[in-house]
Amino acid sequence: MNRFLLPLSIFIVVVVFLGIGLKLNPREIPSPLVGKAAPDFSQPQLFEPTKVFAPADMKGKVWLLNFWASWCSGCKTEHPVLMDLAKSGYVPIYGMDYKDQRDEAMTWLSRWGNPYPIVGVDDAGRVGINYGVYGVPETYVIDKQGVIRYKQIGPLDPDTVEKKIVPLVKQLEAQ
Amino acid sequence: MIPEIGHFALILALCVAVVQGILPIYGAAVGNSALMAVAKPAARGQFLLVLTAFGCLAYAFADRDFSVLYVAATSNSQLPLHYRLAAIWGAHEGSLLLWTLILTIWMFAVTLFSAHLPESTRSRILGVMGLVSIGFLLFMLTVSNPFERLIPAAAEGRDLNPLLQDPGMVIHPPMLYMGYVGFSVAFAFAIAALLGGNLDAAWARWSRPWTTVAWCFLTVGIAMGSGWAYYELGWGGWWFWDPVENASFMPWLAGTALVHSLAVTDKRGGFKVWTVLLAIMAFSLSLLGTFLVRSGVLTSVHAFATDPKRGMFILVFLAIVIGGSLALYAWRAPRVGLGGSFASVSREGMLLANNVLLVAAMGSVLLGTLYPLFLDALDLGKISVGPPYFDSVFVPLMAPAIFLMGIGPLAQWKKASVPDLAKRLRWAFGVSVVTAITLPIVMGNWTPLLSLGLLLAIWILTTGVVSLRERLAHVAGNNLMERLASVPRSYWGMQVAHCGIAVFIVGVTMVKGFETEKDVRMNVGETATIGDYMFRFDGAQDVVGPNYTAARGSFAVSRDGRETTLLYPEKRRYTAQNQIMTEAAIDPGLLRDLYVSLGEPLDDGAWSVRLYHKPFVDWIWGGCFIMAFGGVIAISDRRYRIAWRRQEPAVPAPTRAARRKVA
Repeated sequence: MNRFLLPLSIFIVVVVFLGIGLKLNPREIPSPLVGKAAPDFSQPQLFEPTKVFAPADMKGKVWLLNFWASWCSGCKTEHPVLMDLAKSGYVPIYGMDYKDQRDEAMTWLSRWGNPYPIVGVDDAGRVGINYGVYGVPETYVIDKQGVIRYKQIGPLDPDTVEKKIVPLVKQLEAQ
Repeated sequence: MIPEIGHFALILALCVAVVQGILPIYGAAVGNSALMAVAKPAARGQFLLVLTAFGCLAYAFADRDFSVLYVAATSNSQLPLHYRLAAIWGAHEGSLLLWTLILTIWMFAVTLFSAHLPESTRSRILGVMGLVSIGFLLFMLTVSNPFERLIPAAAEGRDLNPLLQDPGMVIHPPMLYMGYVGFSVAFAFAIAALLGGNLDAAWARWSRPWTTVAWCFLTVGIAMGSGWAYYELGWGGWWFWDPVENASFMPWLAGTALVHSLAVTDKRGGFKVWTVLLAIMAFSLSLLGTFLVRSGVLTSVHAFATDPKRGMFILVFLAIVIGGSLALYAWRAPRVGLGGSFASVSREGMLLANNVLLVAAMGSVLLGTLYPLFLDALDLGKISVGPPYFDSVFVPLMAPAIFLMGIGPLAQWKKASVPDLAKRLRWAFGVSVVTAITLPIVMGNWTPLLSLGLLLAIWILTTGVVSLRERLAHVAGNNLMERLASVPRSYWGMQVAHCGIAVFIVGVTMVKGFETEKDVRMNVGETATIGDYMFRFDGAQDVVGPNYTAARGSFAVSRDGRETTLLYPEKRRYTAQNQIMTEAAIDPGLLRDLYVSLGEPLDDGAWSVRLYHKPFVDWIWGGCFIMAFGGVIAISDRRYRIAWRRQEPAVPAPTRAARRKVA
């Protein structure tokens, strides 16, 4: 009798794992940068090219760094979520315009709305390399000491913002 | 209006499926032939209803009805008609509808070719298929309705994924699904036999042609998918051990084992339990493949849209169908009995070894596919399992299986003698070994894998020749032609399919051993040499397609100063979603493919270009088609034709007439 039950038992184990697997996100890739200091940079700003944008200016603040581009369709999906988050005032979102044309980026922001107080320009993608950007959009949560606390690969959605980003920001603010 | 008709047809089909899944099985259990008689008209009715739904969706696509969400999401008014129709199975909802349609096509086929089956068996088979169909129809109607409206209608559709805008992709999914779903017939036969408790040789004989047909479709489907990846993805690879590919390969391995195991059950009455298990396995793996592809538990380059709610539905469905049938197996199989005994060296023994190896290979592919998921579920980190694992596990398992493939057809049933086999096969073995060692040296690149590959391929061919010679010596006939004609087609089918494997192995071995590739920057007028071929880049021009704009490079290829061919690879930008696609240009040949794909534009009209010289690469797909052709020959064997011609009514005519009057 036992050997006839074997296929069923193997199958039950597989089903349990598949069930757990459904709750996991295979696209969630842990970043080696989480828990490390955010790489430094000093990039020209999108709207005022003579000024620079550098993480050093953010010391003492909890902030989000969002890599985006006008050519990226995921960024358009994510955009309303960023607008809502910016409006809520929980946390400032700083943009990094990744491998983009300056005029197209500005047109994009004026057309759809600008959630960012400052947008840096990373036209060569160097900053992206230092941050280990897989693809845009990507968003980093950086704490008061300038340490990366969380990385989102792909578009933010309202659920992630509500359940992960906002609680994390609140906790970091309290520190 | 039309989409609503389609939706309604699906709801009706679900009702019919429920009736078909319950009444005939119950009728067979209690011996009520009125209930059993429901199966046939129900299956046909269901087929017509699903066909109607499919037709409605096709109409919505042809009509560019962007008020249907699915149409708006997967097509575009600029998309040519044939791709708009192929877009029906371009994404999740439509694929499911195609799946269900094909399931009902198989059901319909069962109603046509089952007149020689006992009525209880036929009603159980159709009942089981009805139960499977309930799952898919419910899935569509609850969480993936292809007829969902988009109000207000979109002005323009989002377009079909440009990767899928390709003739290969038009035929690949239907072929693959014909194979996947075709195993549902063998599965239904097995479940029906378990329910009825009559697992005999007749059961195996009925299942065999169905299984072989499904196997042929699956073989062709996989080959076309692989061919598509080769020319459409633009990196010249033909198999990536990607989860989606593995999902189609696992049922193929189980199906191949099933085809062989059925032969033993049919001829010798052995392996019954094992055959039933393989039939359950082949279809379960098809369902599991659907789950893996559709639920998004694994990431894949094929990147389909994913939704956890759908994943949950399929998982529950899987648990019920597979869990239920394995439980039934555990309950009923112990009573089946083992069939005739056989010595370990015998044709049965070799087929068993071959089956075990195939199933082990299938298990290792399954393990490799699910391993990242297992680790992640146990919180042990994220990994991905790639080609190194699969190559190093798969080759050692398949090599002995292929070696046995040469001996098996020559061994006697029940008991064979090793010295006798060795004597009959010694020259085949000698020729194979000598050729396998010397040929690569002559070609100037000796590696162990190259030799192994050639050894196996030549072994299959030489043992095939030995087997054919012995066979001809034993059949009646005055001259060679008569003797050739009196060899049964099932034997020819086997030999042809085995030769297909040899051709396939030659392709794989030669490509791995001798392919060359080059990544170069080419200015206009510049040349690059690869193999014996010189490529001259004559610049790139802008061209406009129906729904894309492209840069088309032109390359003049010459060999020894003589012009061989002109190649025009393209870099397309599909306008609807602004997606970039690389369209490789290939000059195919029996002995080699030349393959050019455009990389990125550089300054002054120069491009980065990727060039490949791929010897024997077309043999890979050629081998698969030969295998499938072997299957086709096998099912054209006389005994199946006789079985179909002699359609004796299962219930004597008077009773039938009487029943009709009662109804």
